[in-house]
Amino acid sequence: MDTFNIFMIGTGGQGIGLLSEVLLRATDHAGLTVKGVDTHGLAQRGGIVISQLRIGANVYSPLIPRNEADLTIALERHEALRGMHMALKDGGTLIYYNTAWQPLDVRLKLSEPVSEDTIHQQCRNRNIKLIKVFKKDLKDARMQNTVVLAKICRYELIPVVKKEHYLQAMDDLMQGTLLETNVNLFTEEIL
Amino acid sequence: MKTLGEILLKESPFSEIVMGNTALVRAMIESHTRVITSYPGSPTPEIAEAVRAIPQAKRPFYFEFSTNEKVATEVAYGAAVNGHLSTVFFKSVGLNVAADTFVQLSLMNIIGGMVVVLGDDPGANSSQNEQDNRHYARLSYTPILEPSSPSEIYTYYKAAVDLSRKNNMPIILRLTTHVCHAKEKVHFQAWKPQILDKTSRFDVKNGPYVPIAADVFPLKRSALENLEEIKTYADRSPLNQTFDNNNKRRGIITMGLPFLSLMDVLEKTQEKPDILKLGVVHPIPENTIKRFLEDHAQVKIIEELDNLIEKEIKSLAYDHQLSTQILGKMGTEDWIGEYTPDKVHAILKKTWNDILPDQTPIHIDEIDIAHRPPQMCPGCGHRSAFHAIKKAIKDTDITVADIGCHTLGYLPPYNVGELMMCMGASTAIGSGLSLFNDIRNVVVFLGDATFFHAGLPGIINALFNKHRLTLILMENGTTAMTGHQDHAASGRNFNEPTDKIPLRQVLEGLGVKHIYSVDTYQQKKLADIVKEAINTNGLSVVIAYHPCMLKFMREQRRKPGFQPRKVDIDQDTCQRLHECIENFACPTFTRRDGGRIEINPDLCIGDGSCIQTCPTQAITSPQIR
Repeated sequence: MDTFNIFMIGTGGQGIGLLSEVLLRATDHAGLTVKGVDTHGLAQRGGIVISQLRIGANVYSPLIPRNEADLTIALERHEALRGMHMALKDGGTLIYYNTAWQPLDVRLKLSEPVSEDTIHQQCRNRNIKLIKVFKKDLKDARMQNTVVLAKICRYELIPVVKKEHYLQAMDDLMQGTLLETNVNLFTEEIL
Repeated sequence: MKTLGEILLKESPFSEIVMGNTALVRAMIESHTRVITSYPGSPTPEIAEAVRAIPQAKRPFYFEFSTNEKVATEVAYGAAVNGHLSTVFFKSVGLNVAADTFVQLSLMNIIGGMVVVLGDDPGANSSQNEQDNRHYARLSYTPILEPSSPSEIYTYYKAAVDLSRKNNMPIILRLTTHVCHAKEKVHFQAWKPQILDKTSRFDVKNGPYVPIAADVFPLKRSALENLEEIKTYADRSPLNQTFDNNNKRRGIITMGLPFLSLMDVLEKTQEKPDILKLGVVHPIPENTIKRFLEDHAQVKIIEELDNLIEKEIKSLAYDHQLSTQILGKMGTEDWIGEYTPDKVHAILKKTWNDILPDQTPIHIDEIDIAHRPPQMCPGCGHRSAFHAIKKAIKDTDITVADIGCHTLGYLPPYNVGELMMCMGASTAIGSGLSLFNDIRNVVVFLGDATFFHAGLPGIINALFNKHRLTLILMENGTTAMTGHQDHAASGRNFNEPTDKIPLRQVLEGLGVKHIYSVDTYQQKKLADIVKEAINTNGLSVVIAYHPCMLKFMREQRRKPGFQPRKVDIDQDTCQRLHECIENFACPTFTRRDGGRIEINPDLCIGDGSCIQTCPTQAITSPQIR
């Protein structure tokens, strides 16, 4: 398989770390060679969290060269556009959870918020496949990442990685009610 | 579920996907390292997280977070001269704090062996500079091994232990941010637990250990002789690798993460230069490098941050009258930032334009996407403090921040903390600002962990030399910014409960005459106190306390029966004055069309600290969701 790069972006507290760890392990369970890296210096203080995965035998650095990501996964709308601009190649795929955690300058009225339309337009300009995810009445915002994970599985966004690999990875990383709740949500959302 | 603690203690060989920091812990276990010390700081705190994953009773070593990097180095040194293999780790700028002790280590006969693990931060991802700590290695005659990946962290640490124990000298294992945080599958060897040998082996006959006057010279001589021995080792070390692409024209010497970036870039080239990857970066393997130079017409040095290796190689070429063209840094930009694949691509293109194809940059529309700087969390006590203190001070007053979450007060809308330098510096910088200054009040900030780390000397100096300023101690009960490590006033150390050292009693003991304490959620009271404090003579201290709400909420959520709460905005009462979103600025407040303000239910923790800020009382008291 050729190199396949995944760029993940969100804000501190959204669960990028866990999502990234699930994808890393699922990819490994699928028998692929994978490397990853998280950038989380001051992330848990509401800044940007980025995680990168690189799949393939000819990958050296865990860092993806600019605009060479095949897939960008965003857990927030502003970060979806940012991640797409920073990392995604023309003709790639963007999947994002459609929620907004307004950045400081938007709240201070110094900057405009990013709209769904803007993202849509930008994707069309660059021939990017767009998948927008949202689940109404989700009890816990910290499970938005699992909803996104289910859609990644459903639309087979990572070549070769299948449902059983994702489930195996979740089983590696969680236990008890946390595992049960997440697996249930994942299975429900795959359909 | 695979638990990290169990994985790390497996006795048979295994493979696992781990972060570099975790691979290091397994290497320490397999090497029978007995004493590990640290002070928290990115990119290294996950080393301690991996240690924490092992139940204390099962840890085959002693671990502590010491009060600062210098103390941590001293504890590790003391253990090592008593015969126990030790390791100290901390972040890049931590070495500045540890330096006074660190520079002496190579003079000493460290019978147990000691590895100093440095987490350098090219790119200043989470540091106040991107200092190149290889300078310290030269200054102190200390060898450095530099891995580029988690697998190499594992093998290089073990090599560092072997070298350290063989020569009884300190060895630096130099990591950088994205080597610490990189993840890959690492193949680990077996671990055979050993019974802890408690023999105290300290003996003055192994010394001298008192470097005074004439004794300094033999100690320095032995340090230099040790370094010469490492030079010989470097030339036959398998840690230096040559990648022969049969290219007599062009060669590249590199190391660490830039090596990986280079390999990625070379995937796109037709011509592949030969590569010499250095694993021992100080002292350099002179014969290996000399041969590499002789074999190539041009050699490019791809070296992140400063040009230490470049200078050494140029000097080596001069001594041996080699005609190889040596290509080093080509302008100031080459000294700045992390050597990512993109950066190495640009450097290589600048050096040998023909080697890489021209790229047509992809077209991306310029759209303004608001920056997302780190900020104080919802419910953070510091936010209430800054909101109140801003009302108590004049625009002309000078505010000095220290290191910690409260540093974020420098951002709008608070703009409190106009200067910041490094750990514990605020009080003394404030003292200097107060000289010849009768008009502008000086208000300085300090966190509680930093108070113990390096804050005390500045406070004692302010008392001793009678400086007039106000210190606001932002007490949140933990070392919050680096991931909630306990400190001397937390009532716990890494291993067990311990007596708190209360800030107030320390200050009283020092003789501070004006001490005030207030919970930061009492904003009016805090503002009144600060007004009073800045009008007193001498040093006044306000202890502005509130527990770290990120930590508090995590603990609450784990409790059975936890019910999330949130505030709301009564839209009929709200007059859209925007005090909540523009001046208090909790990230929970969200701006909607027409200036309507709503609560983001994903973010609000229902702390209610915002309620008092609304001039029209439109924010409701927290309700169960």
